[in-house]
Amino acid sequence: MSVLAYIESNKGKIKKNSFEIVSYSNELAKQLGTELVVLVINVENTSELNKYGASKIIKISNSELNNFDSLIFSNVISQVAKHTNSKHIVISSSLESKYLAPLLAIELDAGYLSNVVELPSNLSPFTIKRTCFTNKAFCESTIESDIKIIGLSSNAFGIIENEMNSSLENFEVSLLNKKITIQSTEKVSGKISIADADIVVSGGRGLKGPENWNLIEDLAETLGAATSCSKPVSDMGWRPHSEHVGQTGKPVATNLYIAIGISGAIQHLAGINSSKIKVVINNDPEAPFFKAADYGVVGDAFDVVPRLNEKLKAFKAQNS
Amino acid sequence: MKILVCISHVPDTTSKINFIDDNKVFDNQGVQFVINPNDEFGLTRAMWFKEKQNATIDVINVGNSNTEPTLRKALAIGADKAIRIDAHPIDGFFVAKQISEYVSSNQYDLIIAGRESIDYNGGMVPGLIAGLTKINFVTNCINIEIDNKSVTLEREIDGGKETLSCNLPLIIGGQKGLVEESDLRIPNMRGIMQARQKPLEVLPTYNSESKTNSIKFHKPDPREEVKLISPDNLDELINLLHNEAKVL
Ligand SMILES: Cc1cc2nc3c(=O)[nH]c(=O)nc-3n(C[C@H](O)[C@H](O)[C@H](O)COP(=O)(O)OP(=O)(O)OC[C@H]3O[C@@H](n4cnc5c(N)ncnc54)[C@H](O)[C@@H]3O)c2cc1C
Ligand SMILES: Nc1ncnc2c1ncn2[C@@H]1O[C@H](COP(=O)(O)O)[C@@H](O)[C@H]1O
Repeated sequence: MSVLAYIESNKGKIKKNSFEIVSYSNELAKQLGTELVVLVINVENTSELNKYGASKIIKISNSELNNFDSLIFSNVISQVAKHTNSKHIVISSSLESKYLAPLLAIELDAGYLSNVVELPSNLSPFTIKRTCFTNKAFCESTIESDIKIIGLSSNAFGIIENEMNSSLENFEVSLLNKKITIQSTEKVSGKISIADADIVVSGGRGLKGPENWNLIEDLAETLGAATSCSKPVSDMGWRPHSEHVGQTGKPVATNLYIAIGISGAIQHLAGINSSKIKVVINNDPEAPFFKAADYGVVGDAFDVVPRLNEKLKAFKAQNS
Repeated sequence: MKILVCISHVPDTTSKINFIDDNKVFDNQGVQFVINPNDEFGLTRAMWFKEKQNATIDVINVGNSNTEPTLRKALAIGADKAIRIDAHPIDGFFVAKQISEYVSSNQYDLIIAGRESIDYNGGMVPGLIAGLTKINFVTNCINIEIDNKSVTLEREIDGGKETLSCNLPLIIGGQKGLVEESDLRIPNMRGIMQARQKPLEVLPTYNSESKTNSIKFHKPDPREEVKLISPDNLDELINLLHNEAKVL
């Protein structure tokens, strides 16, 4: 028996969210009194992982797996789960992992819970906390099947260092036939995606128009942050749809969320609530966002944001 | 072309969420229920296939009789027939099993579900149906075009999008982008009248287990009051973010 953590890579490099997955899985393995196996696909150098602790790393190298295919990937993971006799499988909440998880659940006849935010509170019955109602509530849920798949919410657990030397196993897999063909991929290059970002700077209708978005972009650049927006902003075409966050847009679960000129409607808050620290900048002290934020500045964005940006630049220069 | 749209019946996005019976049950007192937003985008896209490519649309829900107004709304928007599998939806696996059983004896070319429901947030029902039925599956779908049996789709990926192609039959997890908000349809009087005459079939539960269970709900702890920082003292904000919140 072991815990299997599946972590993602991009062009041969381990994705950043992986360290949280490994940290969590390692604690889970301790709780279960078993070992952790980490599965990586097409990663050249796995030494980064030693810091977070795995008994064993299973490495699959196969150029056919350079492009993600949910059916083929879920099948590959199930082969590894069977090979390692893993009863608990931990995955991230990236779009790829959420895509493959249900298929993996059927392959392994496993129960699957997404949006998990903690270690299990009980092992028998296996009980674990997840978010539901789009972050408006939590649910204690049980998984009753023998094999269990846990989808961990990003930034819910954090990173725990746990130096360990892992053994390495190269694993050969056989691949299913492709049924879906990728014609083309369009990546917004040079920009940090909302899912990968530690910090997200978000703008609302209070910014008056797309021509003022340099305020948001400059601040984001200083902070190494991703940019996002409220729904009306993307509906009006000021910003691309991919930046729309909230209950009906992308979820944000980041360490720091800075909302500028956003009122804080319930549908907006639902989607960003699981971010750790929320800062709001709004000229209306009655804006509902102030009730949901950790820090607030009542002021005009056009005055506050450029000055904040300058101060942050100075701070970054001093602290790097 | 035969299309099946999976309809999840969920609290309206403005609803206050509360629980009763020792926090075991969602309190639907005073809550307005709607078609899950992601399913509404899917249904609207299905209407486009109906109008332009002669598709027929069935809608399906796994739920108790209180979901019927939501199914009637889907009929009023333009679906041809509704199916309700009479069961309490215990978990995603149970729901997927019910729909898969139905699908295996009723052939569809395209099954449209939402990428996620806004109540359970499982993000798993369409994928589980795909796994059970071995039908091609694309989620986070933001565009779909069908020419005979061949399909071209766009899918949102982390940090961008990709274009895919495959053959029918297919199941998708849809979201905004399939159509825009402004394309969504509010049922008109004629639609509502017609919906009353359209078939709403109630089927018994297929024998199936669930794999997970929701035991108890609770709401997030009330948060501390916001710390207000004067716009003339932004250094203090940076100081707090650095030393107190430790996020800088
Ligand atoms: C079914 C449904 C789903 C929805 N889903 C989402 C969703 O997923 N995401 C989402 O964001 N919304 C969603 N909404 C919309 C939501 O209800 C709000 O309408 C929206 O979030 C408001 O956007 P906003 O805060 O940018 O604009 P507004 O509400 O117009 O707020 C603008 C804010 O900017 C402030 N402001 C103005 N000028 C300045 C200035 N110079 N400096 C500083 N502040 C200033 C104002 O005080 C105000 O608080 C949804 C609505 C519905 C009905
Ligand atoms: N009880 C249900 N009946 C019909 N379809 C459902 C039901 N629950 C979920 N679905 C479909 O599955 C999608 C994803 O739901 P979920 O896995 O709960 O996030 C929804 O958008 C619906 O299309």
